[in-house]
Parts: sequence; structure tokens; C-alpha cells
Amino acid sequence: MTDPLRPSDHADSAASDVTQPALGVVGWLRWGWRQLTSMRTALVLLLLLAIAAVPGSLVPQRSADPNGVRQYFVDNPDLAPVLDNLSLFDVYTSPWFSAIYILLFVSLVGCVIPRTKHHYKAMRAQPPRTPARLGRLEAHRSEILEYQDDTDAAAAAARAIEAAEQQLKKAGYRIARYDGAKALSVSAERGYLRETGNLVFHASLVGVLLAVGIGGGFTYTGQTVIIEGRTWVNTMLDYTSFNPGRFVDEDALEPYALTLDDFSLSYVTPGQQGAGQAGDFVAHLTTQFPNADAAEGEVRVNHPLQIAGDKVYLMGNGYAPTITIRNDAGDVVFSEPVPFLPQDNNMTSQGVVKVPDGLREQVGLVGFFYPTAQELTNGAFTSVYGDLEYPMLTFWVYAGDLGIDGGVPKSVYTLDPSEMTQLAGGDSGTQSLEMKPGDTVDLPDGLGTITFENEAPDAAGFQDSVKRYVSLSIHRDAAATWVLVFAVLATAGLLAALFVPRRRMWVKATRQGHTVHLEYAGLARGEDPALDGAVEQFAQRHLASLADSAATGARDTKPGSTPDVD
Amino acid sequence: MPDASPLTLDDVSVLLVWTAIAIYALAFIAYAVDLARRGAVAVDAKDAAAKDAAARTARERELVAAGGGGAGSRTGIIEQMRAQETASEEALNAPVGKRARLVWARIGTSLTVLGFLFHLGGDVTRGIAAGRVPWSNMYEFALTGTLLIIAVYLGVLFRYDLRFLGTFITGLVVVLLGGTAIWFYTDIVPLMDPLKSVWLVIHVFVASLATALFALAFGLSVLQLMQARRETKIAALAKAEAAASGTAKTGPGFLKTLPSADALESLAYRFAILGFIFWTFTLIAGSIWANDAWGRYWGFDTKEVWTFVIWVLYAGYIHARATRGWRGARSAWLSIIGFTAVIFNFTIVNMFFKGLHAYSGLS
Ligand code: HEM
Repeated sequence: MTDPLRPSDHADSAASDVTQPALGVVGWLRWGWRQLTSMRTALVLLLLLAIAAVPGSLVPQRSADPNGVRQYFVDNPDLAPVLDNLSLFDVYTSPWFSAIYILLFVSLVGCVIPRTKHHYKAMRAQPPRTPARLGRLEAHRSEILEYQDDTDAAAAAARAIEAAEQQLKKAGYRIARYDGAKALSVSAERGYLRETGNLVFHASLVGVLLAVGIGGGFTYTGQTVIIEGRTWVNTMLDYTSFNPGRFVDEDALEPYALTLDDFSLSYVTPGQQGAGQAGDFVAHLTTQFPNADAAEGEVRVNHPLQIAGDKVYLMGNGYAPTITIRNDAGDVVFSEPVPFLPQDNNMTSQGVVKVPDGLREQVGLVGFFYPTAQELTNGAFTSVYGDLEYPMLTFWVYAGDLGIDGGVPKSVYTLDPSEMTQLAGGDSGTQSLEMKPGDTVDLPDGLGTITFENEAPDAAGFQDSVKRYVSLSIHRDAAATWVLVFAVLATAGLLAALFVPRRRMWVKATRQGHTVHLEYAGLARGEDPALDGAVEQFAQRHLASLADSAATGARDTKPGSTPDVD
Repeated sequence: MPDASPLTLDDVSVLLVWTAIAIYALAFIAYAVDLARRGAVAVDAKDAAAKDAAARTARERELVAAGGGGAGSRTGIIEQMRAQETASEEALNAPVGKRARLVWARIGTSLTVLGFLFHLGGDVTRGIAAGRVPWSNMYEFALTGTLLIIAVYLGVLFRYDLRFLGTFITGLVVVLLGGTAIWFYTDIVPLMDPLKSVWLVIHVFVASLATALFALAFGLSVLQLMQARRETKIAALAKAEAAASGTAKTGPGFLKTLPSADALESLAYRFAILGFIFWTFTLIAGSIWANDAWGRYWGFDTKEVWTFVIWVLYAGYIHARATRGWRGARSAWLSIIGFTAVIFNFTIVNMFFKGLHAYSGLS
């Protein structure tokens, strides 16, 4: 009864013959359920889960690497659709992966519930009756004590068992007395925590899954870009992308605002190992709630900003050169900082400017920005350092139809030149535009002028001549805390399940005339390499305590030595 | 060489590491000689035992007069194996002072300790030269990871006489560390921002520790399989009358000096569950770090996938040990597959798979 309940194909269960299901639906259902909740099924499902997870590391996944998936389709136009049909770009939400883990968890629940019931009862039950022949158990010690006469021996036997009872209790054993006419015994069991740990572990796995599943519904992540000096407000309008869970109310986001005051970073200077590597990124923000004072905040890598239950992460950064465009009449038709996407470690960056109105034609510019420009032998530029040492901005110019009137949203980072003519750069026959901060040059065909604004015109160098921007990721994760709680619980359960020994111990005192035969025996329930040592240790300590307390009656713990009688 | 600049601390570190590799290689040879000699010693012992047994059988024949010969040798060979195993299990658990005087194993262990000291020196100087914990790119991770494998092995030696795993451990470390020093060496560069985290210290260190324990479990599981094969062969021999001749080959000689397959299995299991606990911790610590660095605790990034796969494989191994029909050889294979996945994760996944964990420092 007190043994933990195990599926029938557990290594410790008695082998039962494979019972054919009784005919009928119920019989088959019961048989199916037994199969599903057997150890073998759990094992096979675990191995299947491991195998099924692997393809997701071989093929890019939409969830982790959407660009990789797009690239994969470009590189393998024939194979990709086939893989897509097999859900290989969404392995972890695919029907087959889901089927495996759902079956596994059904099996888990079906396994854990009966075991929990059983364990609950077992914790209230008495340790089992003392076996008749303790000598047959794997761990066994015995000792013969001699006394003056029968009465002394009887009293000593009773004392010995009482002492054993106390000591076992103190060592965390649950105990029961089983006394016969000649033999007194105490039966003890410990290590219920092992089974408790096992159940906590398995149940916590269910907890993790539920937390991920349910919590995910209340979770959202959104991305945005903030340029130095600008303010971003936590509403749907201001996000560049937003992925809400099922239960997220998009109109009820916390109304706070973030202003990027400054983005700072440092560079490893030339001549040192790792020269040019950037680090110590810090976005200094001002945070503002309605009807409250503004506060300062900062976001660093590994240190998100916590605000109103959201976490704000620093995902990237770049330069946002401020461009001003005037038409042939000298009127400003465009003037704002334009975020450029970094292309390499030295921050060669690409960006696009679109001017739909105000010029004679719609104009699009595709630009490259080099924070520290160097001319290559073929006349092209490259950036050799990430910081603003010798910034240079170049543009190709297109005129025609930008294609933004068609209602199809277009990325701010790409230009579709299919309906446009190239006026400068590339094969157009006209040099591309080249500017340093503060420069103004003419647009081709007398369209107007373009200025690369210098943000710090009075400074000696170019250090602050171009604004920077940060890309931030804003998350609300309702699940994370719960997942962590269950993960920690699972680990604690695992420690108990693997390292708490579960064992039974018996101490029996058999009186024979004026001698008392003391026996100690232990039985492991499950993995218990230390059992023999534990029995030995208990016997030693128990005998020592008897010797200490033996105020009356002679004793001799060496079996076979001269009897101490008259 | 025109560049006459003095040795930097990192150069010293590299020298120490190469010295360590050379010493480990010598330790490997010593351990290999030990295994070979164990086989020879066991054969001698067996010959003596066989002579004994033959004499006994002869006497029994005289006494019993008829037909006892087959039965005598049958029990003889099995008994002999059991006796060897009991002796080996005692040897396995013998306290340090009371161990068998295996000269070559002693040389192997002494060399391993010496190699470890150089290795430790190389690791520490690298850390000092870099001004941070020396496990921030693939080279350093391998440096510290292999150091921990040796440390765990030497530590375990205080409790169990596992010197028969010496060839495997030193061989593994020579290959990993040598490969690392040749192919993965990277100059010291400042840490990238995402790596500046206490979780780097914890997550990576615990992962290395788990790897070391899995390595021991792996070695034991391999030996377990070899031993189990030998045991089956002996049992078959005992059944066949051929046993009387006693010349059939049952496997490498050193197996005779090792504990039984069962004992090897339960030892492997003990290391594997310790490793599993550390691996669980690696998984959790990694998730906490990912949550800080990338804004999500789990994203099925390639490295995360493999960490998960390994975790599930070892969970499978633990289950297998408790499932009827899976104990023994099958579970041993799972332990072997699990460790293969660990090594795969560290080498192939780091080098060739694309993902966010792009910190190998290789390009
Ligand atoms: C998500 C899937 C599962 C995982 C990751 C898992 C993992 C583990 C681990 C690590 C252990 C060893 C720790 C301990 O003894 O408590 C274990 C033990 C055990 N598991 Fe699971 N398990 C899973 C599902 C199941 C299922 C479905 C069953 C029921 C068939 C089950 C039954 C058991 C039993 C009976 C033990 C005790 C084995 C023993 O006596 O040593 N587990 N499991």
C-alpha cells in the first residue's frame, strides 16, 4: 500500500501479463488509456519530442527568423513550398509537434492524478508489517546482547525498541510498532518526499505549459523606433509592428510616453584589440505619464526599462541624418531625420527618402551613410569605423511614381523604382550626390536642393553632427513570472525526486532466555546506493545509545563472548 | 621574426594550454598502457584460477566418479566472473589509500593532475589577460569546459576509483582542447554588450559542469555496454560445453577488471542525474538571461532548441531506467545519444547553425 503507485510497466512493478481488453468499447477505451499512461508511451513520446524539435534548428523559423524564411524561399524556390506544407517553417506550432506534446501531457496528467491520490493515502498509512525473516533483506545487521536474567532481558528488549523508535522518528522516519509474543519490532519508512518531489516535478511541467499557453494570450510585443529628441507614445499608432496575444485589448494600453534624450555608446579605439567594436549602449529616456511629473529612465542591453508593467528593450541603433529638401522656389518640402539601417559593423547604413509632394515630380532618394567614410579604389565608399569621424552621405535620385497613392503600404526603408527614372547615381550618367554634414547640393534637373543638416554646426569635429536613433521592443509578458515559478518548483521537485532516498527500516528485538537478539534491516524503494551504509550507521548509533543508557544490567555487544551470568 | 614584442599574458596562456595538451596526451598513453596491462594481469589471474578450477574438477571427478565435469566448469566460469566483479566493485569503492597499486594508472593520474595545473594556469591567465571570466567565446568556453571535465574527473577519483575511465577522459580532452587551440583560437576582444551579464557567468559555467558529468556518464555507459556484451558471451559459453576449453574470446581483457554492467549502469545513472540537474539549471538560467537580453525567455533559437533536445533526451534516459524492458542496454544508448547531442551542440551547432547565440567569436 505504501509503495508509490507506478504505471504497470515500471521497472519496479510486478510484471503483469498483457491483459487482452475485454470486448466492448469501454474495455478498449480503458486499455487505450492504460497504454497512453504507461511508462513506455511516455518514453517514446519524450524521444519523439526530442526528434521533432530538431528540424526547427535546421530550417529557419518564422517565429525566430522571418527574414531567414524569406531568404530560404528565394534560395530554394522548389523545396521551400514543400517544406512549408509540412509546417517546417513553424515547427513548434505545427500540428505534428503539437500532437506529440499534447499527447505527452495528457499521458502525464493521466499518470500523475492517480499517483497523487495514491500518494495522499500512502502518507496517512502505517509503515508495513515487519517481515518475518529480516536476515533475507539486502541490508542487514544483527547483534546479540546478554543480560543477567530473563526479566532483565525483557526489559532491555523493550527499552531497545523504544530507543529505536525515538531515533528513527528523529531521523525523519514514520514508524509503527509490531509486537509479538517474543519479538518486539518497529517498522519505519521514510522518503515520502521523493514521491512528493516526483509529483511536484511532473505537475510543474503542466504548470509551465499552462502558463505559457494562457499567459501568452495576455502578452504583447511591439516594436518602435525613436530618434534622438523625439517622443513616442504607447498607442497602437506609434508602433511600427505589434503582436498581441488573443486577450489583449489594443485600446487599453497604458498611456505613457518615452522621449529619447540621448543615445550613448563607446567604441574600442583603433590600435587596440577589437578596434571599432561598439559597446556600452545606453538609451537615456524621459518617461512621462499623464498628469504626472516626467522621470528619467534608461535602457541598456540586458537591462530593460520597466514601466507600467511593460518592459522596454534596446534592440538596435543607428544614424538618422536630418535631410532638408527645398524646391526650385526655395520652399522647404521635406525636413526631418531619416533612420538609416546599419548594414555592417562599421555602420555603413542605408536609408530612403520619399518626397511625394512639393516638387515638380515625385522624388525618391536611396542613400548610403558612412560615419567614417573612406574611398575605395573603384571610387565607391565604405565606412571604416562606426563613430562619426568623417561622415559622408550619398544619394541616388529617382523621379516618377513613388507608388504610394495606390493604397498599398510601403516600407519606409525600401523604394520601389519600377515606375521611376533614375536621375543620379548608378547607370544614370550623373554622379550620385555626396554630402558632408552641413552641405547643400543641387538636385538633378533643377528640381531643387538638398541639405544634410549638421546637428552641431559649432563643434570642432563631427562628433555630434548626426542624430542617432534606437529601435526598441516593448513587451508585456504575463506568463514569464509564472513560468519561472513553475520552473523553480520543477527543479526543487526534481532534486527531491532524485536525491531523497526512500527506504524502509526495521529494528526487531527477539528475546531468548537471557539474551536479546537485535536485528536491523533496510529495504530500498527505488535508487538508493547509500542504503547499506545507512543501516550500518543506524545500528552503530542505536547500540551506542543503548550502551550509554545502560545504567542497569550488564551488556555485551560482542556476540559469543562469555556470558555475564553467575 | 621582426616583431620582438615581449610575451603578452595571452601568449603565456596559449603556451600553458599547449603544454597541458602535451601532458594530457602522455597521461592518455599511460592510462592506455594501464588498460592493456590490466587485461594481461587479469589473464594471469584467470590462468591461475583456471588451474585451480581444473584441479578441483579433477578431484570432484574422482569423488563423484561420473559426469560432473561440464557442470563444474559451467559454474566455474560464471562464478569466476562474479568473483571478479565483486572484487572490482570493492575496488571501485575503495578509499584512496587502499586502492590497487596500478603503476601505469598512477602515472596517468599524476600526469593528469600536472596537466590540470597547466591547464588551470592557462585558463586563469587568459581570464586575467581578458579582464573577465574566461568563457565568453568558443575558445574560452572550450578551455574552461575541458578544465571542468578534468576537475570533475579528478574530484570523483576521491570517491570512486574510476581510473579505468582515464583513457576516455584524457583522450576526449586532448581532442577537444587540441581542436580548440588549433581551430577556435580567438584574440581577446572586449565583450559584446549582451554578454555583460552575471548570467553569462552562471549559465555557461553550469552548462560546462553538466557537460563534464554527462561525459563521465557517457564513458560509463559505453563500458556498461561492452561489459554487458561480455557477460552475455560468458553466460552463453557457460551453457555451451565449449566452456571447458576456456579459450573463447569474450571482449577486451581489461573488462575483467571492471565492475559488472549493472554496477557501471547505476554509477552512470548517478552522474547523469547530477548532470541533468545542472542542465535543468542551465536551461532556466539561460531563459532568464534571454529574457533580459532579447526580451523573451524562449524563442526556439537554434541553441535553445538543442539545449531543450538534450534536456528531453536525458529525461528520456531517466525514464528509460525506470521502464521495464528499457533498463540496461537501451537506456545506455540513450545516455550515449545524449552526450553525442551535447558534443554536437557545442561543435557543429556553434559553428554552422545560424542563430542569436552568435558568440563563438569565429568568423
Ligand atoms: C513532459 C514529459 C515528462 C518529462 C520531462 C518527465 C521527466 C521525468 C524525470 C526527469 C524523471 C526523474 C525524476 C523523478 O524521479 O521524479 C521522471 C520520473 C518519472 N516519470 Fe516522468 N516525465 C514526463 C512525463 C511522464 C509521463 C507521461 C509519465 C507517466 C507515464 C511519467 C512517469 C514518471 C514516473 C513513474 C517516474 C518515476 C521513475 C522512477 O521510479 O524513478 N512521466 N520523469
